[in-house]
Amino acid sequence: MTNSNESNPAVKQRRLSFEIREGSLLAKILSPRLFLMLVGFIIFLGFWHLSVEVWRLPRFAQMPALRTVVAEILSPNPTYGISIFVGEYYQHILASCLRVFIAFALATILGVPMGLFLGWSTKFREYVFPVFEMLRPIPILAWVPLAIIMFTSLEAPVIFLAFLASFFVTALNTMLGVESIDESYFRAAKCLGAKDYQVFLNVVIPGATPFIFTGLQISIGVCWFSLVAAEMVSGQFGLGYIINTSYTNVRYPTIIIGMVTLGFFGYLTSAMVRAVGKRLMQWRMRELALSGN
Amino acid sequence: MNESVKTSPNMGRGQISINDVVKIYDPEGAAVMAVDHCSLEIAAGEICMIVGPSGCGKTTLLNAIAGFHSINSGSITMDGQLLCGPGKPQATPGSDRIVVFQNGALFPWKNVLDNLMFGPVMAGKMGLKEIKEKAFSMMADAGLSGTENNFPGELSSGVRRRVEIVRALMNDPSVLLLDEPYRALDSLTKSVMHEALLDIYYKNKVTIFFITHDLQEALFLGNKVAIMTSRPCKPKKVLTVDIPYPRSYSVVTDQRFRDLMEETSELVHEEAKKSFAAGEREG
Repeated sequence: MTNSNESNPAVKQRRLSFEIREGSLLAKILSPRLFLMLVGFIIFLGFWHLSVEVWRLPRFAQMPALRTVVAEILSPNPTYGISIFVGEYYQHILASCLRVFIAFALATILGVPMGLFLGWSTKFREYVFPVFEMLRPIPILAWVPLAIIMFTSLEAPVIFLAFLASFFVTALNTMLGVESIDESYFRAAKCLGAKDYQVFLNVVIPGATPFIFTGLQISIGVCWFSLVAAEMVSGQFGLGYIINTSYTNVRYPTIIIGMVTLGFFGYLTSAMVRAVGKRLMQWRMRELALSGN
Repeated sequence: MNESVKTSPNMGRGQISINDVVKIYDPEGAAVMAVDHCSLEIAAGEICMIVGPSGCGKTTLLNAIAGFHSINSGSITMDGQLLCGPGKPQATPGSDRIVVFQNGALFPWKNVLDNLMFGPVMAGKMGLKEIKEKAFSMMADAGLSGTENNFPGELSSGVRRRVEIVRALMNDPSVLLLDEPYRALDSLTKSVMHEALLDIYYKNKVTIFFITHDLQEALFLGNKVAIMTSRPCKPKKVLTVDIPYPRSYSVVTDQRFRDLMEETSELVHEEAKKSFAAGEREG
């Protein structure tokens, strides 16, 4: 049986395709997903190019052309001061990333426990939740004046605003995560002799984890969003600052550079959060894999 | 197989007396009597099957024993100790009475081994190494070897149920409280599960309080079968199944088994009809 397989070209073919390990870089490059993604990008960029330079649509009259932006970003000696060869560019990126990191870390460190307790303790929720729910809908830009009054430094108000937006998202999702846990897990833990703190560690935290990570994904996005808003209002560095000052100084290609950079780092940080979540939730991943998702 | 690691049979433990228990639910002022002056004696090491239509109040009784709900009057004792009764409306949940839940409650975020070890680790009476050895030996006994690193989501529902029962037995409970554990299984898997449960029972001799709406399941597994009235719930008829253990699945075709089925199915059917009619009125 094995001998006849050896000579069968179909089997050989299958062997070959098996050698591209699932999940390997090569497999990812060869997968149709990457191809489709590229097609999506080409269509998007093509539309940009055509609408500015070929069709010259009226709305796009002031828009920097794709070629101008690409030439600018790759130029060692950029017309408007910002390109990948300029140190200042990285200074702005670093400033924004550092702020997001601090704000997001603080929001997670405080938001997750907050949400866990909100979901777990009825008493705590009765005290805190009404206040929480009243503050949560206030748009982050409405906090700008207070943030500037409260913090004297230039850096702190920006971080505070990014933190605040993130915090509410994380805490709320974590709370919903605890509420989503089936009552029978609590009962089972009690039956098996778990004390309250053991229930908290073994049921509440792991049970809420899928929701926590969904929350963190939204939270990192919101964090970038409010950071840029805050940087536009106050601050001396950062990608939001670049975009805003480039607008006032009519450096339009630099606006696009700032936006693209934001998109890239937003995607990257989001992917990082997703990767951490996958690592921590092996059980969930395997369950989802089996259910065919 | 290492005999010394096996759980010792706990004969003489797990005798339950339910005396005159009343449970009234009062959700919106409309008092609903779930359990009405219910009395039932369960001997130590017995399999007692509670049969009744869905929603008849069987689970309320189980929850009272487990300590998830309070009772309004009456008392429940285990081995002479008061679980709940006058002055103590709600029993304290504990590892002497472990529930196997209707929809399963293995922790999906823990693998099989960690699920099995959970109870003893919480109790903190044994060392980790000892607990692990016990878990592996009990897994081998229940035919679960090799699943220790799987998460519950990766197992079939039949295997999950077996793991959950073993997780309960890891704590040497006096009584197992099973709330329609095989409800979601197809009938073929069910019959396999029944034999597996009996096998576990012969080895552990634990008292089993088993809720079901399936009469055949009740008569096949049970030593004592209590047919309950529908809402409020109390025993309508309690009978002893005089078919000796060990039972194999072929007994369902025996004359004695068929006689018992005949004798009881009319009673169960009556209650099901009452429950159905009541449901229609309420709805």
